[in-house]
Amino acid sequence: MSDHRPVRVRVTGPPLRRHAPRARTGDIDEQTALGDVFLSSLLREQLALAVRILALLALTVGSLPLVFHLFPGLADVEVLWVPVTWLLLGVVVYPWLVLLGLRFVRRAERNERDFALLLEVMEE
Amino acid sequence: MTTDGVPGLVALVVVSLATLAIGTYGLRISRTTSDFYVASRSVRPRLNASAIGGEYLSAASFLGVAALVLTAGAQMLWYPIGWTAGYLVLLVLVAAPLRRSGAYTLPDFAEARLGSRRVRALCSVLVVAIGWLYLLPQFQGAGLTLTAAVDAPEWVGAVVVGAVVVLNVGSGGMRSITFVQAFQYWLKLTALLVPAAVLLVIWAGDGAPHPSGGGPRWSLPLGEGGQGLYTTYSIVLATFLGTMGLPHVVVRFYTNPDGRAARRTTLVVLALLGVFYLLPPVYAALGRAYGADADDTLVLELPRLMLDGLGGDLLTGLVTAGAFAAFLSTSSGLAIAVSGVLAQDVLRGNYSGITAFRIGATVAVCVPLAAAVLAPDLSVARAVGLAFAVAASTFCPLLVLGIWWRGLTPAGALAGLVCGGVGAGSGVGWTLYDGVPQSWVDVLLGQPAAWSVPLAFAAMVVVSLLTRGAVPRHAGRFMVRLHTPEVVPLDRG
Repeated sequence: MSDHRPVRVRVTGPPLRRHAPRARTGDIDEQTALGDVFLSSLLREQLALAVRILALLALTVGSLPLVFHLFPGLADVEVLWVPVTWLLLGVVVYPWLVLLGLRFVRRAERNERDFALLLEVMEE
Repeated sequence: MTTDGVPGLVALVVVSLATLAIGTYGLRISRTTSDFYVASRSVRPRLNASAIGGEYLSAASFLGVAALVLTAGAQMLWYPIGWTAGYLVLLVLVAAPLRRSGAYTLPDFAEARLGSRRVRALCSVLVVAIGWLYLLPQFQGAGLTLTAAVDAPEWVGAVVVGAVVVLNVGSGGMRSITFVQAFQYWLKLTALLVPAAVLLVIWAGDGAPHPSGGGPRWSLPLGEGGQGLYTTYSIVLATFLGTMGLPHVVVRFYTNPDGRAARRTTLVVLALLGVFYLLPPVYAALGRAYGADADDTLVLELPRLMLDGLGGDLLTGLVTAGAFAAFLSTSSGLAIAVSGVLAQDVLRGNYSGITAFRIGATVAVCVPLAAAVLAPDLSVARAVGLAFAVAASTFCPLLVLGIWWRGLTPAGALAGLVCGGVGAGSGVGWTLYDGVPQSWVDVLLGQPAAWSVPLAFAAMVVVSLLTRGAVPRHAGRFMVRLHTPEVVPLDRG
């Protein structure tokens, strides 16, 4: 019966990457027209993201001096016995900065993932 | 010396010994030149973020903010906000690309991007100038703190800090400093947090006296009239944009494993700084409520003002330890950045890598130390703020345009660096010479960022457009490296 013994098969996971991604990244390295298109799309996306976050920063935190310059009476407003200026400038602003940073990191990493995916898709 | 000095002295000795001990631990694993400059680029985000926080929170943050807010009120809150928001701007515009550039220092980046020895040389001069401008007040602050804590002559504190920094930096370089500075962030946070908590309990027990006497202006977040508005926006611009151009801040980014880690590190730094900066205004308000004297050592004196006996002594020891850690860590970071540049650009021809770094460290510390000891009355406290203005007017446009605009040329970079440097530098000179601002000229020169930063950007762009033919040939390829994520296998040179 030893004749019918099934042939041994090595069991492995699915191939992680079907091709070595040389061709497209080569385009980028060698600054071909195609490579330029890839890169400038990533660059534009990341720059637009950066500008959006900085605009949010300027509109919120950056506008405060102007607001208090135009309406100095606001400085006398108190919330829970604390002047509102102290609450805004001493406390609230910090979590807001972290939030803006968190949003940027998430979006920037997603843009990069999409870019890497696009390159892989182009391989196939 | 009276017994009042004992807690301060104990704190000083403990912090110095702990710093040297942790530095020695790092020394055991510091072997190569790459370890010395960038800790072999293998520092994980959380450790690295603590180290950046530890390095960044200088005497100005630990002692200065509380004292400024006590004296001038809410308008001074813009300094800590700007020092934190500066990291957000850095995160958004430069963190990951800067790491991917693969350079050691700011001059390295300039040369790699623009391929020009002259731009590199100018950057080296600027790094050393900003570094020394920033080191000088650290040493002076150390002198003041030691005088307040143990009644020592002012030069002692400066010399002690200088000696510990040279020993640590020279022996282990970036690798050992990373551990030291991470430790010092947590020490500084504890040293402000624990006393603040205790003092707030005492304050509540005293019937929560209202911080009075400041007048209505104390809660207004900017000065009066057009000059106040200009000054505030100038401070905002200098701090938001200047952080990315400080030599000791930038050098830290090369220690991250990759661009993604550089971003995550910066995000953690934002959080760490935010937590820290909640505390100084508490000291200012308590100081106001208890009628503390308005001077630079408010944070050191407040515990004894509110609490007698052993409790007051212990808390005094703790805040003194934190203050001393602040001087040590910031001066170490600056010394590393300056000695890296000195070693690479001045000494490399004559000495081997690590020897050059050690000689560079000694020179980097000794020059500002001598200035601090020989000219203790030099009015540099305000010039620290101007170090930010200089950085914002020189390295900020170079980094932002270099990373995001292919058209930057060496001539454009030179023009911008010179315009920004001379503009903001004249402000430094004017402030050191003149002092108190009164007329619009004083105001404009005292806080130059609001005009010198746009001037530098404009000069860089206009001259680059005029010399369009001189765009370096490898610029496109270099920008590919800056913006392509590491998962994409590229020829990274």
